[in-house]
Amino acid sequence: MLLRLRVIAALVLIGLATSGCGYNAIPTLEEQAKAKWADVQNNYQRRADLIPNLVATVQGYAKQERDVLTAVIEARAKATQTKVDVSQLTDPEKLKQFQDAQNQLSGALGRLIAISENYPDLKSNQNFLALQSQLEGTENRISVARRDYIEAVRAYNTQLRTFPGLIWAATFFRGNKPMAEFAAGNGAQTPPQVKF
Amino acid sequence: MTACRTAKRLARGRMHAVIAPLALLLAIVAASALAFPPLSGRIVDQANIIPAETRNSIEPKLVGLEARSGIQLVVATVTSLENREIEPYANELFRSWKLGERAKNNGVLLLVAPNERRVRIEVGYGLEGTLTDALGKVIISNAITPRFKAGDFGGGISRGIDDIITVLTTDASEWQKRPSLRLDSDQTSDPVNWLAIALLIAFVTLFIVSPGFRWLFLNTLANTGGTTSSRRGDWSGSGGYSGGGTSSGGGFSGGGGSSGGGGASGSW
Repeated sequence: MLLRLRVIAALVLIGLATSGCGYNAIPTLEEQAKAKWADVQNNYQRRADLIPNLVATVQGYAKQERDVLTAVIEARAKATQTKVDVSQLTDPEKLKQFQDAQNQLSGALGRLIAISENYPDLKSNQNFLALQSQLEGTENRISVARRDYIEAVRAYNTQLRTFPGLIWAATFFRGNKPMAEFAAGNGAQTPPQVKF
Repeated sequence: MTACRTAKRLARGRMHAVIAPLALLLAIVAASALAFPPLSGRIVDQANIIPAETRNSIEPKLVGLEARSGIQLVVATVTSLENREIEPYANELFRSWKLGERAKNNGVLLLVAPNERRVRIEVGYGLEGTLTDALGKVIISNAITPRFKAGDFGGGISRGIDDIITVLTTDASEWQKRPSLRLDSDQTSDPVNWLAIALLIAFVTLFIVSPGFRWLFLNTLANTGGTTSSRRGDWSGSGGYSGGGTSSGGGFSGGGGSSGGGGASGSW
C-alpha cells in the first residue's frame, strides 16, 4: 500500500514537473518552426508561379532582350527544383543551396525589371502593371515569412540550449537538433527588392 | 512551479558565460522593437492630418463595415516610421493591434506616413483573396496619392476608405468563401498548461487531505490494473481549451487577427 502510494506520488510529481517546466515546449516550437518554413517555401513558390506570365508579357514588347529573359527562366527552373524538406532544416548546407538559388532568381528578376524601364509601352501595359504589384506584394510576403521563420527558429534553438529545455533535449528529445540559422541578409530586413 | 523557476534562475547564474551573448541579442531585439501608437479607436491620427469632418464621415462607415461583415478596417497616421520601410512597419503595427477576427484574420489597415510621404494598405491573411495586391495598388494610385499630392489628406483617405469598402463588400459571397483558409499557428499553449497544473494541484491536495478520495482513487486504480497511461490521458483530456473571448464592453480593440504582408504601398 505504502509503495503504491509512493509510486502515485512520484507520478504526480513527474506530471507536475513536466507540465510546469515545459516538456511540451520543444515539440511545440519545432512544429511551429516547420510550419513557418512551409510559409517561406509557399511564398517563394508563389513568386515562381508569377514568372511565366511576367516573362510572356515582357517578351511581347522586348523580344530582343533574349539574354535577360533566358536568365530569368533558367534561374526560375533552378529555384523551383531546390526544395528543402522540413526534415532537412537542421542542415546548413541545404539551406544555403536554397538561399543561393532564390537569390539568383531575385537578381535575374531585378535585371528584367530594370530593362523594362526602357520600354514605355510595356510599362503602361495593364497586365504588366498588375503583375508588377503582385510581384511586389509577393516579395513583401517573402520577407515577412522569412522574418517569422527566423524568429521561430530562434525560439526553438533557445529552448534546446537553455535550462528547462536543455534537460528534455538531453533526455527525451535526444534526436532534436538545433535548426540551421537562416541568414537574415537578403530580403529579411529590406523588404521588396523589386521596386518599380 | 516556483521551485522550477528558482532552479531555472540558479542554472542561469551558473551558465552565465553561455547566456551572456544571448542576453545581448535579446537586448538588441528589444531595442529595435518599435514604439507604436495605442489603438485608441478606428481612426488613430497620430500625425494629426485628418480634418474633423472627414473623421466624422468615415467613422460610421468603419463601424458599419464591421457590423455587416466583421471586417475591422482601421485608419492610422504616424508621425514617423522610425527609419523603417513602410512595409515591415505596417505589418508589425497590424500584428501588434491584432486587427480582424482571430479565426478569420479579416482586418485591413490603411497606414499613412505623411513625413515619409508613404502610404500602405496592409491586408490580413483572410482578405488577401478579396482585396488583392493589384487592387490595393489601384486604389492607392487612383484614389489616394493624387489627392495627397495636392495636400488633401482628408479627401484621399476618405476616397481610399470608400474604395476599400466597395471592394470588400460588393460581392459578399466572394469574401465569405475566402477567409479562414489560413490558420494561424500562433496559438498560446499557456492556458492548457495552467489548467493542467491547477488540476494536478487540486488532485494532490485532495489526495493528502481526504482519506475517502484516496481510498476511492486507489480502489479504482487497483480495479483497472496497470493502465495508468490511459488514465493520464484522461486527465489532460478533461481540460478543454476554450478559445479566448475577444468581446469588449466599451472601446475598440483588435480581434486577434494577423497579416502576412499582403497589400500594396505607394508614395507621393
